[in-house]
Amino acid sequence: MAGLITLFISNVVISNVVLTKFLGMCPLLGVSRKSSSAVGMGLAVIFVIVGASIFTWTLYYTVLVPLNLQYMDLITFILVIAAFVQFVEMFLKKYSPALYKALGIYLPLITTNCVVLFVTLDNIIQGFDFVHMLVYSTAVPTGFMLVLYIFSTIRERLDQSNIPNAFKGNPIALIVAALMAAIFTSFAGLV
Amino acid sequence: MKTLGNFLLNLLKENPVFGLYLGICSTLAITTNLDNAIGMGVSVLIVLTISNIMISSIRKITPDEIRIPVYIIVIATLTKAIELLIKAFAPTIDAALGVYLPLIVVNCIILGRAEAYASKNNIWKSTLDGLNMGLAYTLSLAAMSIIRQILADGVLSLNNPFNSTLIFEINIIPAEYRIAIFKEPIGAFLTFAFLAAGVAAIQNATAKKAEVK
Repeated sequence: MAGLITLFISNVVISNVVLTKFLGMCPLLGVSRKSSSAVGMGLAVIFVIVGASIFTWTLYYTVLVPLNLQYMDLITFILVIAAFVQFVEMFLKKYSPALYKALGIYLPLITTNCVVLFVTLDNIIQGFDFVHMLVYSTAVPTGFMLVLYIFSTIRERLDQSNIPNAFKGNPIALIVAALMAAIFTSFAGLV
Repeated sequence: MKTLGNFLLNLLKENPVFGLYLGICSTLAITTNLDNAIGMGVSVLIVLTISNIMISSIRKITPDEIRIPVYIIVIATLTKAIELLIKAFAPTIDAALGVYLPLIVVNCIILGRAEAYASKNNIWKSTLDGLNMGLAYTLSLAAMSIIRQILADGVLSLNNPFNSTLIFEINIIPAEYRIAIFKEPIGAFLTFAFLAAGVAAIQNATAKKAEVK
C-alpha cells in the first residue's frame, strides 16, 4: 500500500510528466490560455489514459504475449487509443450531451497527445501488474492536469504584462515552464 | 547559391520546431548531446520522407473519412521498423533515446505534413517536402543540443552511432565554468525559449522590412 502511495505522489509531483519528461507540450502551449479549458482538458486526458491503459494492458498480456507478437505493440496501442477516443466521443454525444459540450473539443486532440501513448507503452516497459498499472495511469495524467492548471493561471496574468516583442506568446510561456521545472525538482526530497 | 539562401531563409521563417512549435516534446527531451540529436533527427527524417512518399502514392484511393487512421497506421508501421533497425544496429542510440523513439508516431510534424502536404501533392514534391522538413528538424535539434552540450559539459563531441567510436571532440569551456543546469529540464526550457524568441525576432524584422518596401 505504501508503495502504491509513493508511486502516485512521485509521478504527480516529482517526476512530473510535463516538466521532467516533456510530454504533452502541445496541449500545454495550445490549450493553457484559460484555466477553465485547462481543467476540461485535464479531466478528459485522465479519463482517456485510464481507459486506454486498462485496454492496452489487457490486450498486451492476453493477446500479444501468448501469440508472440510483442513487436506489434506500437501499432495496436495507437489503434486502440484512436478507437477509444472516437468511441468515448460518440458515447458522450449520445448519453451525456452536457459533458460532451464541456469536453467535446478536447477529445479529438487527445489522440495525438504523447502522454497517452507514453503511459500505455511505459506500463509494459516497467512491467507493472494490474493494480500498479491503474495507480500509475491515474497519477501521470493527474500531474499533467496539475501543471496545465497552474500554467494556465500564470498565463492569464501574463496576458496583462508588458513583454518584449520577440518573447510574446510561446517563448515567455516556455520561460515560465523553466521556472516551474526548477520548482518541481525541489519536490524530490518528498519521497 | 540562391537556392541555398532560400533554403536557409525558409529554415528560419517556416521552421517546424521554433516557428510552428511542432514536435517539441522530443526536441526538449533528447537534446542533451549532439549524438542523440542527430540520431533522433535522422530517424524522424527517414520516417517523414517515407511516410510522405507512401501517403502521397495512396492519396487517390484513401477515403476521406478514414484518412487520419490510415495515416497513423502508415506512420506507426514505419516508426516500429526504424525502432527495430536502431535496436539492432545502433544500440547506444536506442539506449539514449529510450521511449522517445516509439513516440515518433505522435510527433506532430509527421502527421502534420501528411495531412497538409503529402495528401494533396504528387510523389516527387512530397519526397522533397519530407526531406526538407526532416532536415530542418534535424538542424533545429542539432542547434539546440550544441548549445546545451557546450554549456553543460564544456565539450562538443560526436560518436559514430554504429560502433561508438569517437569522431571528434573539442574542449571549449574549462571545467569550473560549466553550467550543469543546462542538462536538466530547466535548461531545456530556457534554451528553447531563447532560440524561439530569436527566430520570432528575425521573423518580425523581415516582416517590417517587407512592410517598408
